[in-house]
This record gives sequence, structure tokens and C-alpha cells, in this order.
Amino acid sequence: MHTANFRPLDVAAIRQDFPIFATEPPLAFLDSAASAQTPQPVVAAMDAYYDTYRSNIHRGIYRISEEATAQYERAREKVAKLINAPRARQIVFTRNTTEAINLVAYSWGSANIGEGDEIVLTVMEHHSNLVPWQMLAQRTGATLRFVEITDEGLLNFAHFRELLNEKTKLVAVTHVSNVLGTVNPLQSIIDAAHAVGAKVVVDAAQSVPHFRVDVQQLDCDFLAFSGHKMCGPTGIGVLYGKLPLLEEMPPFLGGGSMIRTVERDVSTYADVPAKFEAGTPSIAEAIGLGYAVDFITQAGLEAIHVHTQELLKYAHQRLQEIDGIVLYGPEPHQKAGVLSFNVEDIHPHDIAGILDMHGVAIRGGHHCAQPLMKKLDVIATARASFYLYNTLEDVERLHKGLRKAQELMLRRSRTVASTALRGENR
Amino acid sequence: MNIYQEELLDHYENPSNYGTLPNPDISHEEDNPLCGDRIRIDLGVEDGIIKKVRFSGHGCTISLAAASMLTEEIAGKSLAEVKQLSRDDILEMIGIPLGPVRVKCALLPLKVLKAGAYGITAWPGEEDA
Repeated sequence: MHTANFRPLDVAAIRQDFPIFATEPPLAFLDSAASAQTPQPVVAAMDAYYDTYRSNIHRGIYRISEEATAQYERAREKVAKLINAPRARQIVFTRNTTEAINLVAYSWGSANIGEGDEIVLTVMEHHSNLVPWQMLAQRTGATLRFVEITDEGLLNFAHFRELLNEKTKLVAVTHVSNVLGTVNPLQSIIDAAHAVGAKVVVDAAQSVPHFRVDVQQLDCDFLAFSGHKMCGPTGIGVLYGKLPLLEEMPPFLGGGSMIRTVERDVSTYADVPAKFEAGTPSIAEAIGLGYAVDFITQAGLEAIHVHTQELLKYAHQRLQEIDGIVLYGPEPHQKAGVLSFNVEDIHPHDIAGILDMHGVAIRGGHHCAQPLMKKLDVIATARASFYLYNTLEDVERLHKGLRKAQELMLRRSRTVASTALRGENR
Repeated sequence: MNIYQEELLDHYENPSNYGTLPNPDISHEEDNPLCGDRIRIDLGVEDGIIKKVRFSGHGCTISLAAASMLTEEIAGKSLAEVKQLSRDDILEMIGIPLGPVRVKCALLPLKVLKAGAYGITAWPGEEDA
């Protein structure tokens, strides 16, 4: 069921905005979960800043600085609207998801987490939503608890409930797994966490680019995502926080822009969000992110989701035809955007290397999720990910490239059994 | 020229010196943090000469072929001579251009060898960095 104004993607028209696809044959770019391509309107918006109103923001008295400030703040409003944040000032610009989560871990974490407190994570977290909490736990004496996954690659919700107790101060969870593609039941997670008085940090790096995320409906306390996975530039990310939390939190980095008054020994701090945006920010990149929000909302987030679901379903179907392939994660309808797999006896680096020879870009490695690799009992996986500019033809070329990889790598029997698929525990 | 040449694939499919030594004089194992590939090298050394060498572990074509070629190269040589092997020597053995990620795959066996035999922990080519 689609909403009334649903309009399917015009993929051919969308691809016109990405000069990188202009070659023949076009690049089959299946690595958007790592970083998406940037459309021409986003690049043009950043060029316009550099060419016509390049200046620092906030304190300039002259016209182009006022223009830069207005564009930077306009981007904040666009991001706020995208995730339905009540106020634009609840949007803090960071470098990326990683910096946004570190901001929460240092600022909120150091003020609110102490010895004996528990932080609940899942085994499917990206290192960016794991290592900051390890570092916080080491500083404070708090304990990390990990929610396991089911054999299907879904979050074990019963286990999550078991881990929650009055000592749980924080739940840090990814909305969509960057390896399995699993869409977690975020609403139920947040409701259950709040029932024991815990705050919730959401890693939305893989969800905001793909479907509508509504922070008011979810009632999450913090939510982080990156510009570069949603058609924006690198170097710009977002932290959303509930206003009372952001207001109570101590600053993260000290410096210019984040102060109200500075004396020799003490300072008072600016209001949110300036309090968390010390130093000259990524101005062009923030403006570019605003245009990326325009780009994906004009395409339609619902249409993007429908399109990538179609690609994901087709990829599941085609890849399952390949002998010796293992697909990770749940069924396509429980996933968003990514498909991880291994082909028996071929190392993911070799899969990626051979596909590259055929103009297909995928990722092979641990995807910054080493605990999950261990859980899946693999060294690494190959991963194809899909976005609004991908086509069924891209999936066909992935399929064809995998067949070629098999022809090349499995010609003769090897004297040494490959361990590409084998983990330490097997 | 691509990285899936016959010679490399032959080393990958039928590597030389694959296995472990029962009582190695030197044994060292490391992984590549980029991809989790893991290589172990065992050496049997007499009077400063590498008499026996075996490698084991798991990895991609490049890391396993590089390990196979490296063990062929060092068998019978002195530890002093082997210490001189450089990043460029390995890349010459591989014989085809590699991107920065795959270069690490190629250099992992030499890194393991140098850490085990000489306590050199830096990546080959980055010793002075």
C-alpha cells in the first residue's frame, strides 16, 4: 500500500544527475552503503558557495557572510524537516555518524554514566556504535551488554528484554545493520528501553537514506546519521537530540563559536546547537547536505524504498541460483538496501577484485563489524548495496560477474582448502 | 594485466611450503586488520640459515600467493640476507600493479616474517614512517 501521492522512481532521469554513470557500459556501483554517489545538484550547490558567497558563517557583517549563514541554517531546517525534528536547533552538525555518536558518548555519557551502570548494544553494531561505548565503559566502570541475533539474522528481542533492568542507562542500537541489512524493530526497542528508564541512541546511518525516519514518532533520545550515504558530500553528519538532553549536556569540543563569554579562567557556553559546533564547520558540506535532502525527498523516500526493495528481492533471487553461495541476513522484506554473501572457496577480496574487472563495485571485508563477523563465524563477507540510481541490469552484472569469478577461481581443485568462509571457531 | 594471472592463481591453488613445522625455531602469526586475513610462518633455522619454512593461514589470492612466493624465496637463505627483503621485492615477485588495499594483502607475509624473525613490527616500506 502506497500513500496517495506515491510516484515510482524515474531511475533513468535520476541517473542523468550522476555523471559517474555516463560511461558505456556504466559503472555498476553497488557500494552505496559505504558511501553513495553525489548528484550534480548537490555538487552545484557547493560550487555556488565557493564561486559566489565563500565566507565564514555567523559573525560576518557583510552580505556574502550573511548569505553563507542563511544557507547553512537553511540546511539545518531541511534536515530537521526530513526526520521530523520539532526544532531545527535540535540538529547538530558533525563530521559524520561516528563523530555524532562520540559526541553523545563523551558529553552525555561522561555526565550520566557511572560505575555499575549498564549499556546495552547489539552484536550487529558497526564499530562506530560500539567503540565509543567501550571507551566510555573503560572511563567510567560501566558494563556493556550485547543483544544476540537469531539464526535468521534478526535481533533476538526476547534476549533484549532479558538484558534490560534498572541498571540499564543506555541502549545504543543500529536502525539497519550495515552487514545483514536487518531492519530492527526500533519502536519496540525504544519503548522497552524507556520503560526501564534508559535513554536510546540510534545509529541511523543506513536507514535515513532509505526510508522515512520520524524522531517524534519513535521518541528516540539521540539519532545519528551521515550525509555521504544519502547523496550528500563527505565531512558532514548529523546528531539529533531531545532538546532538554542537549541543553543539559556539557560541551564536547571547546573553541570558537561554542561560547557565550570567555574570561581568562572560565567561559560560558552558547546555546544548542552552537554549543556543540566548535570551530569553523563544514559549511559547503552542510549546504550540500541540504540539497541532498531536497534530492532524495523530491525523488520520494517511499519510492526509493520500493525501488531498492525490488532490487534487493531480485538480487536474492538471482544470487541464490549460484552454487555454493551463502546469503546472510533475513528475507528481503526484513532488510533495507544491503545484501551480504560469500561464495564457497572464494575470498571476498577476490570476489570484489574480479567483479571490479567487470565494472562492478562491491565491498569485501569485515564492514567495520568484527563482532558480527565472529558471530557469523566468517572472516569477511562480500556485500552489495543498492540505492536509488541502481538498476536490475546492475544486479544482472553482479550475477554474471560472480559466475566469472567461479570460472576463474574454481577451475581446478586446490591443494589447500580455502578458509575464506571459515571463522576462528569452526 | 590483472591480478588474476595464471602464475598467481597457481600459487594460490597449489601453494609451496603450506603447513606448519612441529618444532619451529621461529613461529609468528598476524592478521591484516583490513580484512581479517591471517598468516603464520614457521622457520627451522640452523647456523643462521633458514633450513625449513612453512606457512599457514587463510586469505585471498594475493596474500596466499605472496606467502607461497616468499617462502620459496627465503628457503636456504641466511636470516641476515632475508632481513634485506623489502616491500619492492615482494611487489616485484607479484609482478602486477596492486591498489593500496591489495598491497597490504601482498605485504602481510613479509610483515609476519619480519616480526617473527627480527621483531620488526612496522609494515614493510613504512619502517621509517
